[in-house]
Amino acid sequence: MLQDPSQPNANNSHQMPEPALRAENVSVYYGSNLAVRDVFLDIPKHKVIAFIGPSGCGKSTILRCFNRMNDLVDSARVKGRITFHGEDIYAAKIDPVELRRRIGMVFQKPNPFPKSIYENIAFGARINGYRGNMDDLVEQSLRAAALWDEVKDMLKKSGLALSGGQQQRLCIARAIAIQPEVILMDEPCSALDPISTLRIEELLQELKEQYTIIIVTHNMQQASRVSDFTAFYNAEATDRGGKVGYLVEYDRTEKIFQNPANEKTQEYVSGRFG
Amino acid sequence: MTRPVAPPVQEDSIEPANNFEPNISRRYLIDKIFVSLTWLAVAISTAVLAALLIDVLIDGLPRFSWPFIGTDVKDAPCLRLTPPFLVTHPSEFTGAACLKWPFIMDFPSRRPEEAGLLSALIGTVYVMLLIAAIAFPVGVGAGIFLEEFATDNWWTRAIEINISNLAGVPSIIYGLLGLAAFVRFMAPVTGGRSLITGALTLSLLILPVIIVATREALRAVPDSLRQAGFALGATRWQVIWSHVLPVAMPGILTGTILGLSRAIGETAPLITIGALTFISFLPDSLQSPFTVLPIQIYNWVSRPQPAFHVNAAAGIIVLMVVLLFMNATAIFLRNKFQQKIR
Repeated sequence: MLQDPSQPNANNSHQMPEPALRAENVSVYYGSNLAVRDVFLDIPKHKVIAFIGPSGCGKSTILRCFNRMNDLVDSARVKGRITFHGEDIYAAKIDPVELRRRIGMVFQKPNPFPKSIYENIAFGARINGYRGNMDDLVEQSLRAAALWDEVKDMLKKSGLALSGGQQQRLCIARAIAIQPEVILMDEPCSALDPISTLRIEELLQELKEQYTIIIVTHNMQQASRVSDFTAFYNAEATDRGGKVGYLVEYDRTEKIFQNPANEKTQEYVSGRFG
Repeated sequence: MTRPVAPPVQEDSIEPANNFEPNISRRYLIDKIFVSLTWLAVAISTAVLAALLIDVLIDGLPRFSWPFIGTDVKDAPCLRLTPPFLVTHPSEFTGAACLKWPFIMDFPSRRPEEAGLLSALIGTVYVMLLIAAIAFPVGVGAGIFLEEFATDNWWTRAIEINISNLAGVPSIIYGLLGLAAFVRFMAPVTGGRSLITGALTLSLLILPVIIVATREALRAVPDSLRQAGFALGATRWQVIWSHVLPVAMPGILTGTILGLSRAIGETAPLITIGALTFISFLPDSLQSPFTVLPIQIYNWVSRPQPAFHVNAAAGIIVLMVVLLFMNATAIFLRNKFQQKIR
């Protein structure tokens, strides 16, 4: 198991046979600014992993490294190694377009395409050369996202006609339609009401049977409800007046919330800062 | 934890100090003054426009007459129901029944009552179609490259500033450019003072407008849409083609309408490249000499006989009808795209 000598608090001692994703000493720069430093993480298969921490601590930044969305930001640079089933995803032979099919993403604000519900699901499958029956795939994906019963009679309607919670489930359905192995979720419930949030949380429990899920959240109750493992990030001031994020502690969710090893984690989960 | 205790109430702070003087009536008065001023601005521009329109209509409308069915005996062009539909050449006249439309379907003449604007009308339609075919793909393509593909550095910023400045360059400069580049240098291809030369020159003139409008429209497309596409494993082009362009298309079409509306009324650059003012035949190829409505109108206005001035007013009405028709088409397309998005 990985142990970073410079990070005595990064507790990776639990048993994880063959992680799906592994971050080794990952640092992310925007231009010359260091945004997150020295992250070591093992993401086990078929679990829900929550990333928590105050704003600006780099949890979304790290999340976006896993499907190379940071490539789209001109100034972003990723140092260190991220492996997906043992393969370095930043290696020259890895194609980010192919990688993003295998590692899907759901965003903070629901962002369905301004097209029909059907077309929202079918687009990803079509561009990735799906050869099966499209109608079946659309139904299957919408069922998996617990949306089918609500939209089955209006598949030709625009995705934007749905409520916020339905839109976010449509985005989840769209992500699972291309059969990824991992789903990255960047604060998927922050724009939703409590009832829609609850539905998505229930959905996560079903989805983890088939997918590995990493979810960034500001809601600590949510992290404790839905996740198996929790990574707590924090930010510290730098000499140059900026701040840089780092991983404070990563462990089983019960441990993080009930008996964290680090004082900062204890303060954060008990609501005393952040 | 200690319970927070409310601070003791101080006697002198009970009376709220009156630091505000709302002065509602004065603020409403300023409101009214500004509403009146903006209303006046609208009234002035509308009145001037209405006066122009009414003047032109009064002068020009009597020049029009209804089309009628006649026989094609003389050399006035006419429209048949069988090919060749538009008969203009003396050798094609057979005496068969055919639709005639005085003024609209007459060639220019030195006698004002026989003069018409057929060659100018057809020339304008051809030139506008060519401009749309040239400037739309080139302008939109350049806009897409600059906005979606090019990295943001001083080089692209310099190009951006230059394009914005080009939109304000006087049109006669484009005429001089067209004269040097298309009439002289590219004469073997363009055939000199030809239809394609005119279209290319006017395309250059409106390219900046279309490029700037395309960039603005693309910039207004939320980034979340692009990210959604990329996250599903789409390539950059797939994201642009499937998601960004359909959303940006109404804005792009609005810019194209503005550009084409500018091109349809341009006279100076076409006179510079040597478009003729008296043409009694229709262009039969891209290299044919040509004329357009604004040039024909300009020609008639500069004649001394008052009857030609009536022709000019009638020509302005035709030009406005063509312009309205063109804009209506573009607005129809734009609304179709907007419906698809919703």
